Amino acid sequence: MSTLPRALTLAPGAAVSPAAARRAARRRARRETATAWGFISPAVVVILGLSIVPVIWSLLLSFRADDLVTPGRWVGLDNYRALVQDPNFRTAVGNTLLYSALYVPLSLLGGLVLALALNRRIRFIGLYRTLIFVPFVVSATAQGVLFSFILDPEFGAANSLLHKIGLSPQGFLTDPDQAIYLLVLISLWSGVGFCVVVYLAALQDVPPELVESARIDGAGRWRVLRHITLPTLTPVTVFLLLWQLITALQVFDLIYVTTKGGPLGSTGVVVYFVWQQAFQMFTAGYGAAAAYVLAAALLVAGGALHLARRRQARTEGAVR
Amino acid sequence: MSSPTASRKVSAWHLLLAPLTLCFALPLVWLVLSSVMSNAEINRFPPALWPKGVDLGGYRYVLGNAMFPRWFANSLIVALAAVLSNLLLGALGGYAFARMRFAGSRALLGLMLATMVIPFQLTMIPTFLVMKELGLIDTLGALIVPSLVTPFAVFLFRQFFLALPREMEEAAWIDGCSRLRVLFSIVLPLARPALATVAVLTFLSTWNDLSWPLIAINHDTRYTLQLGLTTFQGQHHTRWSAVMAGNVITVLPVLVAFLLAQKTFVQSLTSSGLKG
Repeated sequence: MSTLPRALTLAPGAAVSPAAARRAARRRARRETATAWGFISPAVVVILGLSIVPVIWSLLLSFRADDLVTPGRWVGLDNYRALVQDPNFRTAVGNTLLYSALYVPLSLLGGLVLALALNRRIRFIGLYRTLIFVPFVVSATAQGVLFSFILDPEFGAANSLLHKIGLSPQGFLTDPDQAIYLLVLISLWSGVGFCVVVYLAALQDVPPELVESARIDGAGRWRVLRHITLPTLTPVTVFLLLWQLITALQVFDLIYVTTKGGPLGSTGVVVYFVWQQAFQMFTAGYGAAAAYVLAAALLVAGGALHLARRRQARTEGAVR
Repeated sequence: MSSPTASRKVSAWHLLLAPLTLCFALPLVWLVLSSVMSNAEINRFPPALWPKGVDLGGYRYVLGNAMFPRWFANSLIVALAAVLSNLLLGALGGYAFARMRFAGSRALLGLMLATMVIPFQLTMIPTFLVMKELGLIDTLGALIVPSLVTPFAVFLFRQFFLALPREMEEAAWIDGCSRLRVLFSIVLPLARPALATVAVLTFLSTWNDLSWPLIAINHDTRYTLQLGLTTFQGQHHTRWSAVMAGNVITVLPVLVAFLLAQKTFVQSLTSSGLKG
């Protein structure tokens, strides 16, 4: 593992004293450090400058009343206290939780089922996989614009279809009772493809000889799935759970394009609330406090998953 | 398990998979169909489900009257700048972390990786303020600077370089090549998969982003396609064929890129997924 063959670096003056050699080594190390910093400093400045600095700045902002234009003032925990009592924020938290509680398990389940169905060598399988994955590369904006049209109560194809089969027209995204569920469906349309791709890749790692021997021992398809395939997929499932949860808790683009939080606040989510407070109402400190509440929730969720994963790894180790 | 029955049994899966995949494809088919419908077809109740002929009025409107060509160029500039800079800065950083020994390198890498889990809404307000300090708000620069290099690019290059054999690099280094020359003439030509992965994922995320342009850009001459499209929809919600034509133009580049490089695309997503 060590970097250079020593004999060659000694070549220019083989007869030098040990002290001189040590000095040369130190000089080399210094030069190496300088080169390394030259290589990494642009990345360090951009990445840390636009992450660590803003995170601290945001925390300070959340203790202030600030409109991003005039100098703000320190208000302590007032922003957080106001958040607890703000009905709009409470609605936003509720909507975010509802959206995540539907989107995360459904996208994982759908992804798993589709990946199992697509994990075989039949004709057109490449085409099937492509078509299921394609919506994932479509931006949330394009999805939003497209589905606003499809679900448009007057001019949309959805109501046209309902009309054809004799059902009454629906309000869709303009109906407070339907909007958030439809947004979950739209997100699933594009988000399932990612889970499918990740599960499909993981399915290739299921040891075929294990499946084979189980089959020879008389295990049916269902038992192979339960006792061999699914346990092999556990690490991937944990990863996807975390990934989809982070995505779901941060949903914004789709909502901005389709409903703007409406109708009647039924689709207002936390990030939309943060954006509104900071860039529409110019109460940046209040928005930053809301962002911190969400980040804390993300941290707790991530930490819990991490712990669950470690405990699982320990028990698996104990069994072996 | 006799083979003839197995090959006939295959069709049962088609019965499930064909309609399922059709559901995924249908909205995009409808997108293309409605973009070539005439206004009369689209604005009646109930609207037509299939266009009688190809009417390019929507495209003509979008390319002539609206600023779509400008927005397209803006999106392209931002995405390409981000891709190039992620390749360069990501490879430089990744190479240093993979091959050079310096104090604090492990801690620094850990810190950079930790920033990947910071949610965007936590950084967006101060990032706006930083960009305002730099005088970049309402310029394409405000869109490019935050995506110059991601921790993901640095990490992915590092992982790839660690898996490469060192012998050739060492030979070149002993022959007197600088680290920079070794990187560019020996390592990077071997790193095509890593370069492709970083390029593809950077392009996808910068091209498709809406929330940051929405915050950083005010004037419509500097809109990106995503921002332009949603604004255009708000202003022209009665000209659906034009809106859908604009939508096709917005989606087409990533769709073409995806179909051309599908394998790289899928591989890069799974590699980012499984190692992330």
